[in-house]
Amino acid sequence: MYTQGLDSLGADCLHQATDAVTLEQRFQSKVDADDRIEPKDWMPDAYRQTLIRQISQHAHSEIVGMLPEGNWITRAPSLRRKAVLIAKVQDEGGHGMYLYSAAETLGISRDELLEQLLAGTAKYSSIFNYPTPTWADVGAIGWLVDGAAIMNQIPICRCSYGPYARAMVRICKEESFHQRQGFEIMMTLARGTPEQHRMAQDALNRWWWPSIMMFGPNDAASKHTAQSMRWKIKRFSNDELRQKFIDITVPQAEFLGLKVPDPDLRWDEATQHYVHGPIDWKEFEEVLKGNGPCNRERLETRRRAHEDGRWVREAALAHAEKQRARETQAA
Amino acid sequence: MSAAAETVLSASADLRFRYAVHLGDTSLILAQRLGEWVGHAPALEEDLALANISLDLLGQARYLLSYAGEIEGKGRTEDDLAFLRDPSDFTNLALVEQPNVDFGHTLVRQFLIDAWQLELFECLQGSSEPRFAELAAKALKETRYHYRFSSGWMVRLGDGTEESHKRVQAGLDALWKFTSEFFAPGAVDEEAAAAGLGPDPASLRAAWAANVEQVLTEATLKKPADVSYRWYGKRNQHSEHLSRLLAEMQFMQRTYPGVQW
Repeated sequence: MYTQGLDSLGADCLHQATDAVTLEQRFQSKVDADDRIEPKDWMPDAYRQTLIRQISQHAHSEIVGMLPEGNWITRAPSLRRKAVLIAKVQDEGGHGMYLYSAAETLGISRDELLEQLLAGTAKYSSIFNYPTPTWADVGAIGWLVDGAAIMNQIPICRCSYGPYARAMVRICKEESFHQRQGFEIMMTLARGTPEQHRMAQDALNRWWWPSIMMFGPNDAASKHTAQSMRWKIKRFSNDELRQKFIDITVPQAEFLGLKVPDPDLRWDEATQHYVHGPIDWKEFEEVLKGNGPCNRERLETRRRAHEDGRWVREAALAHAEKQRARETQAA
Repeated sequence: MSAAAETVLSASADLRFRYAVHLGDTSLILAQRLGEWVGHAPALEEDLALANISLDLLGQARYLLSYAGEIEGKGRTEDDLAFLRDPSDFTNLALVEQPNVDFGHTLVRQFLIDAWQLELFECLQGSSEPRFAELAAKALKETRYHYRFSSGWMVRLGDGTEESHKRVQAGLDALWKFTSEFFAPGAVDEEAAAAGLGPDPASLRAAWAANVEQVLTEATLKKPADVSYRWYGKRNQHSEHLSRLLAEMQFMQRTYPGVQW
């Protein structure tokens, strides 16, 4: 797709640097005018690579994200909760599919992306390397993790790359439904028996900081931010989004009667924002490096599903091949 | 006596309760088995499809168990019936409690039950109890989708590679004995048939067998010989798998009884 895109512009532009500059300028002015870039449009190679990286990481996160919650499908405490949870995990698989499709418009195949994930060379959201030891974790994930995801994703609905932006519009609708469900689980627990309340508080204690880390490194340490913002792949910085999340979520925790596990957290009248304590970036780095509590298990599970399913995929291909041969013969 | 109980005079509330539980248990236990697949399927599309089928079956179970609780009139909810009954109280077909093993076994189990549910729900639409008829009309639409999925995979796997053929044939050979239960007499469905609540189980056999044979032929699979097997789930005689499945499914409600979730 990539070479095709360039070829369609004619050979001339490849030879002359001045034309390349013109292309780049034309591209940037399109972005500046809030026009959408579409798959067949010319785009800088770095823009294409950044998007492939970001969209595929996003897709992988949806797929790996099925595991921590899927962990509770067979044990959900009521049939209604079980139904909602299955529907939710199914939605996440669907989000993965939209996003792989969006990434494929950039000239990479889903199979290649999947290989990168299984080989451990592609990343996915650090949050899914945390375990779900209790039912309350399902609520906390819906409330905090989906809440943080929405905060991240709403601005992407206006991302300069059309297919990504459009995928995100559909995804955000479903995510906000998931988030409400998660909050409802937390509310039921927080207002339930003392045991349930304790379960909810314990889940908040474990998921708060990992959720805060979902926004990525501090702006000063974020190497992709400036360029991504110029290209309008990103609309707000990591710290801006993180602050927004905290400002919205702390009152929700108070409403639930739960305590945010940050002794330094306080409302600042002057800025009209919450001030939070230091983030443990060492932990964040360890999790990203593969040393989080469940990194190994998550990848192993994905690899096993892929390996165990190989004969099924091969059978489907072999059967399709046979069918084609029969049709050709019949014709 | 509630208003609903007056609508069917020919059948006792007790019979309707037991019939609803029997059908509901079968859908519930199969939904639970399919739920184990979520996140572990051979491809993303299959993950979504299995979750989808699980969700449909769970919907059927919820409808039937809620109705059963209503009929019983003791205030038991769908959750009380799902989570607080012992294995020996369950009357699901023994086939649906069988383990997933691999995608081949799972698909065989699904195909055999889908083909049976197609006939069951078709007939159940004419139930003398409107609530069963209503459930059947909805469930039949879902079952047609399930059947398309499972029969499609039977053909793909049977007529795929040598390995896939071998695996799906092994699943078929292992699970075939449980199909005799579909058509064998059992107190609940025999009584239900006599009362006009549901079909006579034996009457479903011909259409089921015709469908199954046609798909097996297309899949180049060999229909296993019928063997005698009489330990039927609908007579509360379960395999070793059910209690384990329930231990996992019920543990939250058993550990923290009587609370809202």
